[in-house]
Amino acid sequence: MNTFLQLLVNGLGKGAVYALLALGFVIIFKATEVVNFAHGSLVLVGGYLVYELKDALGWVLAAVIGIVGAALAALLIERVLLRNARSADHNSLALLTIGIDVIITEEVVRRVGADIPFIGDPYDSQPIQIGDLTVFRTQAIALVVGAVLITAFLLTFRYSNWGVAMRAQAENREAAALMGINSSRVTATAWLVAGALAGVAVLFMATQDFSGAGLGRGTHAIALIAFPAAILGGLDSTEGAVVGGIVVGLTEALSAQYISFEFSKSAVFLVMLVVLVIRPSGLFGTKELSRV
Amino acid sequence: MSETFTPPAAPPKAPATTTKHPPNWLKIVATAVLLVVLLLLPVIVGNGGVAYLKLAQYILIGAVGGIGLTLLVGQAGQLSLAHPFFLLVGAVGYAVLAGDPEESDDLVGLGLPPLVAVIGAIVLCGLVGLAFAPVAGRLRGIYLGVASLSLVFLGLWLGQSLDMFSGGTSSGRNAPVFALFGFEFANSTPAPTIAGVAIQKQQRLWYLFLAFALISYFLARGAVNSRIGRSWRAVRDNEAAATSMGVHVTRVKAGAFVISSAFAGLAGVMTALWLDLVKPDENEFTGTYSLTVAIAFLAVVIIGGLGSVPGAVIGAALVFGLQQFFLLGSQQFGWFADAAFGGFSAVVVSAFVYGAAIVLVILFEPGGMAAIGRRLLARRRSPDVPSTDDGGRTTPREDRS
Repeated sequence: MNTFLQLLVNGLGKGAVYALLALGFVIIFKATEVVNFAHGSLVLVGGYLVYELKDALGWVLAAVIGIVGAALAALLIERVLLRNARSADHNSLALLTIGIDVIITEEVVRRVGADIPFIGDPYDSQPIQIGDLTVFRTQAIALVVGAVLITAFLLTFRYSNWGVAMRAQAENREAAALMGINSSRVTATAWLVAGALAGVAVLFMATQDFSGAGLGRGTHAIALIAFPAAILGGLDSTEGAVVGGIVVGLTEALSAQYISFEFSKSAVFLVMLVVLVIRPSGLFGTKELSRV
Repeated sequence: MSETFTPPAAPPKAPATTTKHPPNWLKIVATAVLLVVLLLLPVIVGNGGVAYLKLAQYILIGAVGGIGLTLLVGQAGQLSLAHPFFLLVGAVGYAVLAGDPEESDDLVGLGLPPLVAVIGAIVLCGLVGLAFAPVAGRLRGIYLGVASLSLVFLGLWLGQSLDMFSGGTSSGRNAPVFALFGFEFANSTPAPTIAGVAIQKQQRLWYLFLAFALISYFLARGAVNSRIGRSWRAVRDNEAAATSMGVHVTRVKAGAFVISSAFAGLAGVMTALWLDLVKPDENEFTGTYSLTVAIAFLAVVIIGGLGSVPGAVIGAALVFGLQQFFLLGSQQFGWFADAAFGGFSAVVVSAFVYGAAIVLVILFEPGGMAAIGRRLLARRRSPDVPSTDDGGRTTPREDRS
C-alpha cells in the first residue's frame, strides 16, 4: 500500500510537469490551430540556458533566464517562420515545426555534448520522509509549482481580458478580429506563454529525480510523452491538458512499477489509443462535426 | 481543425495536361539515360567504389519506404509516423521466415525460401497495418499522427522483449542471405564479371534493390493513376463529399494504411539485407527503427512534394543519400574530423540540412521537388501553349469546407 501511495505521489509529480507541457501544446493549438511539434526543442532551449548560466549567475537567476529564453524562442519561431508561411495551412505549419524541432534539438544536443548533464536544483535534493513514504523532493516541488501555475493560468484564461480574447479567437478567428481583438498579439502571447511553461517544465525534467534523463535526447523524448497527454485530454481543451498530464504521469509511474520500466512508455501510448478509439477527439476535446 | 490531415496544395501530378502535349523527348531521353546509369552503376563505381554503391542502395531503401508513405500522407491525407515500426516488422518478419532453424536454439527461424520470406514479410506488414486500421479509420489529422507514434514505442518494446524473433538489442540476429532460384546474393568465387568488374554481394544487392524500387515505383504510379488513387484523393479532400459519391471512406483509409505498411515492410526487408543484420533499437530516439527515422521519412515525403511518387524518390535521395554521403565523407575523406562528439558530425549536419529543407519547402514551395520539376518541364514546352501548370497549384483546393 505504501508503494502504491508513493507511486501515486511520484505519478502526480510527473503528471504536473506533463500537464505544463501539454498545456503549452493546447494554448498554441487553441490560438492558432497549429500543432507545435517543436515543443520538445523549446524545452531543450530553456534547459540549455540554465545549464550554461547557472555557474556564473546562480541557479535561480539562470532558471529565470531559461524560462524567458524558452518563451522568446517560441515567440521567435512564430514571428519569423510561421507568420511568413502565409500560403500554408495549419497542417503544413505543423510539419514545419517538425523541421524546426530537428534543427534546434540537434544543435542543443551537439552543444551539450557527450556528458548529458543534469541541470541541478537549488533545493536540498534529499528525498522527503513522511512516515514510511519516501518522496522525491523534485517531484513534490513540481507538483506544487505545477498546481500553482496551472491554477493561475486557468483563472487568467477564464477571467482576464487576455483569456477572453484567446477564447474568442479560438472560437472564430474572423469574428474575433472584427470585434477588435488583435489576433497577432493573441497569437504572440499564446506562443510566449507556451514557451515559458516549457521553460518551467524543464527545470524539473532535467534533474536526477525526475527520470534520470539529463539535458539531451532523453529529455526531448520525455517532452514527447506530453503529446499523448494533450491528445488524450483533447487538443483544444485546457482542462483536458491537465487531466491528460495527470493520467499520463500516473500511467507511467504505475506501469513502470507493476509491469516493467521498458513498458511504461508504451503503456502511456496504449492508454491514449484506448481513449482515442472510444473518443476520437480526446476526453474533453470538441467533437468535430461536418455538415453535409 | 480541418477534416483530414490535408497536405499543402500539391496535386499528385499535373493532371491530364501532360498527355495532350507531344511526347516530351527530353523526358524520355533523360529517363533512358538514368536507367542506363542505374544499371551500370556497379561498373561505373568499380570494385573499389563499393561504399558509393552502399550509399546508392540506402537511397533505394528510402525511396521504397518514402513511396509508401507518400501514398498514405500525400494521396490519402492520413498523417502517419509509424513507418519505422513497419520497417522493424518487415525486417524481423523476413529474418524469422527465412532464418535457418538450425542457426541457434534461441532464435525462431522457419527456413522458408528467401523470396517467399520477402513476400511473407510484406504480407505480414500489410496485415499488421490492417490490424491498426480500425484505429486509423476513426482518427483524423494530428490525432492519427500521434496515435501512429504509439506503434514506434510499441515496436521498441516488442523488439526488446521478443528476442527469440528479433535477436535482442545487444547482438541482434543475422539477416538471412537472399537467394533467387539458387542464385545467392552473396560473395562467391569465382564471381561473374561485367566489363571487368566482379559482381559480388554488394553489386548483386544493388540489382535486387533496383528491381524492388522499380517495382514499387510502377505499382505506386499505377495506384495513383487508377480508381484507387482517385478514391484516396477524394477522401483526402473531403470525406463527406467522398461518401456521397459512393466512396467507402473507412475501407479506403484502411486500404491506404495497409498498402503503405506493405511498402514499409519491403523497405524493412531491404534494411535487413543492407545492414546484413536485424537488430532492434536500444532507445526510441536514435537507431534504425526510431523516431528519427519516422521524421526522416516524413521529410522525404514533404521535400518530395506530398503525394508525388517521383518526388518521394528525389526526397529519399536528399534525406537518406545526404546522410550516407556525409558519413562516407567523414570515413573516407576525413570530413568533420575535428568533431569527435559534440561537433558537427555527419549525422548532425545531415539533420540540419533536412530540417532546414522541410522549413524551406513549406515556406517557399509547398509542392516540394515535384512542383519544381513540373515547373521546369512546363517551361520547356512551347510558349504558345498556355500552361495551366503553376508549380503544383493547378487545382485550387477550394473544395474543402
